Amino acid sequence: MKKFTKLTSAVVPLNIENIDTDQIIPARFLKATTREGFGENLFRDWRYENDNQPKADFVMNNPTYSGQVLVAGKNFGCGSSREHAAWAIQDAGFDAVISSFFADIFKGNALNNGLLPIQVSDEFLAQIFNAVDSNPKSALEVDLENQTVTILETGAQESFEINPYKKSCLINGYDDIDFILNQKQLIEEFEQAK
Amino acid sequence: MSKTLVEKIWDAHVVKSEEGFPDILYIDTHLIHEVTSPQAFDGLRKRGLPVFRPKQTVATADHNVPTLNQLLPIKEELSRYQVDMLTKNCAEFGVELYGLGHPFQGIVHVIGPELGITLPGKTMVCGDSHTSTHGAFGAIAFGIGTSQVEQVFATQCLLQSKPKTMKIEVNGELGKGVGAKDIILYIIAKISAAGGTGYFIEYAGSAIEALSMEARMTICNMSIEMGARGGLIAPDQTTFDYIKGRKFAPAGEEWDKALAYWKTLYSDADAKFDSVLTFDAADIAPMITYGTNPGMGMGIQEHIPATGAQPEKEKLSYQKALDYMGFDDDSSLIGKPVDYVFIGSCTNSRIEDLREVADFVKDKRKADNVTVWIVPGSKQVEQQAKNEGLDKIFEAAGFQLREPGCSACLGMNEDKIPAGKYCVSTSNRNFEGRQGQNARTLLASPLTAAAAAVTGKITDVRDLLEKINP
Repeated sequence: MKKFTKLTSAVVPLNIENIDTDQIIPARFLKATTREGFGENLFRDWRYENDNQPKADFVMNNPTYSGQVLVAGKNFGCGSSREHAAWAIQDAGFDAVISSFFADIFKGNALNNGLLPIQVSDEFLAQIFNAVDSNPKSALEVDLENQTVTILETGAQESFEINPYKKSCLINGYDDIDFILNQKQLIEEFEQAK
Repeated sequence: MSKTLVEKIWDAHVVKSEEGFPDILYIDTHLIHEVTSPQAFDGLRKRGLPVFRPKQTVATADHNVPTLNQLLPIKEELSRYQVDMLTKNCAEFGVELYGLGHPFQGIVHVIGPELGITLPGKTMVCGDSHTSTHGAFGAIAFGIGTSQVEQVFATQCLLQSKPKTMKIEVNGELGKGVGAKDIILYIIAKISAAGGTGYFIEYAGSAIEALSMEARMTICNMSIEMGARGGLIAPDQTTFDYIKGRKFAPAGEEWDKALAYWKTLYSDADAKFDSVLTFDAADIAPMITYGTNPGMGMGIQEHIPATGAQPEKEKLSYQKALDYMGFDDDSSLIGKPVDYVFIGSCTNSRIEDLREVADFVKDKRKADNVTVWIVPGSKQVEQQAKNEGLDKIFEAAGFQLREPGCSACLGMNEDKIPAGKYCVSTSNRNFEGRQGQNARTLLASPLTAAAAAVTGKITDVRDLLEKINP
């Protein structure tokens, strides 16, 4: 799994609430049988017209905004469990997603792929959107080791929570399967005792 | 110590619990389908691992299959490849597959219960968020991502933190024309599309206990639509009667042993929930959604809430949803013309749903402006409907009875609602583009959907029931 430690980047702001995984990657693009290539269809129907022309008013089509951090409104990633949503975001070049609330399954999927979901307060989220509003190049620093996000321009900082086990997985680049496989003996004992 | 039902089942499946780490949770049954499994099988190949417990894994093809002429080769190349890949993977890794053409094929959450695979006290997972459906039997069942599918393939376990618990009680009697779908749409409208996040929900109360197993599945199915990982209902005589005699259900001595255990599966009287909500069944009307998430629902006679009444920072998203739907705030939906009616999905495609619709449309005909699709949840449901002559009633009404699959619930196969068209749907999600690009979905019960089919517009089904049976 991809490692994550520290990141300084401008952001792509998407100030919409309840963004569901059908918006992130519509079902008609789930026919692929590999993990690669979903990025080109990330937010497909918000990003492109039917004739594949980019929609000028969508943030990812605005060259003013760029960066490895996606910032979105609360309840990000709700709906379908499709991990393709996390793959698509990562494949499009993002390494972290910031919101004031994440849907459970999306959050787990992101963590299992080395895409860092960062939950901040509503107030801090508003501060990020404001900073980007006044200066689109406004950058954030994400520090996983210290569990902090900083708006570099204003110096405003907030710490975020992450399960300590998941944190070490991200920092070291190992995954749940590696972790459980090393304890297979326990599973077999559990089965016999059942 | 007193325990909730979730805690009882969870604790019985913990292989290892260690401070600072998620629990290693043993999974009894793993259901898989063609869309979220190929990358997981690939992962096994890369690691050189087998499926650890293939006998505890069951596969079907449902998300991406056509619902007409299923015995012909699938026309669309990518879909055919994906379904073929499932067949190939199941053969290679020794997993039982109920694929197209098999008498047990169907929507994964419909076939588990009808085959007696879904049982009280089990832990069950599937790479599909509506796995919560199986909770209706008093099982811990939840949806997972593809990395976790690979994890269960490899180890029959998942790393999971124990969820918080919420009890939702619904007491009293439902009014005429109001059913399980209305109960769950009502709860979601009350607590929002995120109101259950982080929780496992136990549904209880006299209105829930009075429901059939299939109605209970409808309730548990939509737990994810309020963000909850899962929802369950304590098993009772209704549950045991439903299971007995099913294909893979325990029988003989095994049955007695299982039954004795199942009878211990309830929340202790003084068990503590992290949150408790109570609703009165009498307050629930036939429900309909007006927006683009399942929390945007209302009683069918109500007006769409005013944008001005929304919290300041939610106004933009709220108005965006109404614009997408082409609805004005503070307006009624009654009388609004509809173009499509879809009766199907893991929420409402079981035989009771089809019977209820058939009973209502008998001797009636669909309105000319509406296309009506009925997509049964499984081959067994389809066969049962035909055995009971429901197919003849649908045909006479101008409803098209198709073959089993997820179909227009997610618009992954060719069953799509055209752009701009309105569809009253018995499925579970009204997200933008869910049923097809720019399609507009109104979620409702099978009865409300049938009423829209017959009148060609949004209708309070109670008005029609009154005319038939005052």
